[in-house]
Amino acid sequence: MNAIILSALCGVVMMFSGILLNKSAIKYVAIASLLVLIIGNLLQFYSVYTINIDSKGLLSFDRTGLFFNTIIFIATLVYFILSGSDIERVGPDVAEYFALIFFVLCGVTILTSFNGLLMFFIGIEILSIPLYILTGSDKRNLKSNEASLKYFLMGSFSTGILLMGITLIYGATGSFGLQSTGVKSAVTGFSSAGILAPVGLILLFISMCFKVSAAPFHFWAPDVYDGAPSVFTSFMATIVKAAGFFAFIKLFAAKSADFGPGQAWTLILYVIIVLTLFIGNITAVFQQSVKRMLAYSSIAQAGFMLFALYSTNDFTKDGILLYTAAYSFATIGIFSILTKMEDYSLEGYNGLSKSQPVLAFTNTVFFLSLSGIPLTAGFFAKYYMLASAIKGGGSLSLVIIAVLFAAVSVYYYFKVIQAMYFKEGVAATNTPITGGFKLGLIVLAAIIIILGIFPTALLNYYYF
Amino acid sequence: MPIQYYIYLALSLFSIGVVGVLTRRNAIIIFMCIELMLNATNLLLVAFSKMHHAIALASNAATQVGIEGQLFVFFIMVVAAAEVSVGLAIIVMMYRNTHSVDINFLNRLKN
Repeated sequence: MNAIILSALCGVVMMFSGILLNKSAIKYVAIASLLVLIIGNLLQFYSVYTINIDSKGLLSFDRTGLFFNTIIFIATLVYFILSGSDIERVGPDVAEYFALIFFVLCGVTILTSFNGLLMFFIGIEILSIPLYILTGSDKRNLKSNEASLKYFLMGSFSTGILLMGITLIYGATGSFGLQSTGVKSAVTGFSSAGILAPVGLILLFISMCFKVSAAPFHFWAPDVYDGAPSVFTSFMATIVKAAGFFAFIKLFAAKSADFGPGQAWTLILYVIIVLTLFIGNITAVFQQSVKRMLAYSSIAQAGFMLFALYSTNDFTKDGILLYTAAYSFATIGIFSILTKMEDYSLEGYNGLSKSQPVLAFTNTVFFLSLSGIPLTAGFFAKYYMLASAIKGGGSLSLVIIAVLFAAVSVYYYFKVIQAMYFKEGVAATNTPITGGFKLGLIVLAAIIIILGIFPTALLNYYYF
Repeated sequence: MPIQYYIYLALSLFSIGVVGVLTRRNAIIIFMCIELMLNATNLLLVAFSKMHHAIALASNAATQVGIEGQLFVFFIMVVAAAEVSVGLAIIVMMYRNTHSVDINFLNRLKN
């Protein structure tokens, strides 16, 4: 409850700071508010209840959700520190951008604690609506306009599907509760009443696939990620996507039993995972723009995160927490460097190791982590995901396919590393690189390597 | 009235909305079709809510079962209003830059 209330309050504080303070101070207010938010969330994690409101069973707080909140907040902190100055450059309304980011975080905290379809719906909407605005925040840029219109239309279309799914489930069971403990009140006098709940679940599933950009509902993602201002793409591709996945898993861990026999559910997921991995990885190979390549790579990473849905056991929980941390940290780092580059194409990175050795080195660490090379956090993130599928008695062929596509991903990630180290050129940056930015990158790269050697360092906090 | 009439009505309104979103090219009309989808859902929720209430009423005269369905409708209406304000702002922003609300304009991003 602390995090929900505080994140909404922080958003209001940011809006006021836009009136009261000058532009350069706003970033520091945002970082300070975020620290308050982290402390408030940790207090609740260690069972110190400062704000306690009876939600009448609509919200329930468990350790997984609160720990996930902490990871998300820390990733946002890293994002503010590394990309704060880039947010200031997007446009004149700096305070509003930060306020909207805090409102998104409020949506994230609701999505980690919902206990019924009502709060789930509210969380999804609080998460999405500020993002439509952030995507279109570069008002004069046509690409940004297109991206925000596309995102908005696809987002509200999938909301419509989501609502129809929820309604049909309500009609069939008579409750919005998450637990599928029998039917409270059945439909009477309708001959095909039995299909209402399965159809509702399928609609719910389709709309969540839209939200997390899993194939074949991924087509909006590359355009939106490409068109949005790069700083906000970074936020959307990491924190928002991870939160969407967490909600997806939380929802279907409780609801997948309603699909009927388990065979159908795993078969649907099998097809979706293979399609997502295939489309994400193969299309990313042909991209010339690094930003667009990262958009496709985020679809490919979504394929790996879907493994957490495929099998639910102890490994899955650890896996999704570790994957969120590893993927978010690495992608935030890559995007913070990308926004500093003059040219987003692969050629734009040529010779970065000569002009900016620190940037080139840390960027290499981030890319190694994304492709899952050992000694980086990404390796254990992928390991836990695949281990959960094997331990859950899932299909071995799925694991083999996933490993093969991870190998494909190495090809396009390494093209950037090759451009930085082995091609001649002058990689130009659009702003001077400050010492603080370099220090931030080195610390982030160190965290990723430490997590890669001791993944339990993160998970120990979860269990103790 | 039997519940299936409401289900058929809501599902046909919903389908009109979906077909409209997928086939029309004008951003405003697509937007209206999305609203139609949401309102079809509202209608069905109210019908289900009333149905569950009527079933529960048969055994218990003071029951409040079914009230949450109507509550949900208010949430949907509020969220839809928030979406309208953001969505129309986005469409106006696009219109200012291109003097058109045609969705074919979106294809430019592909290359």
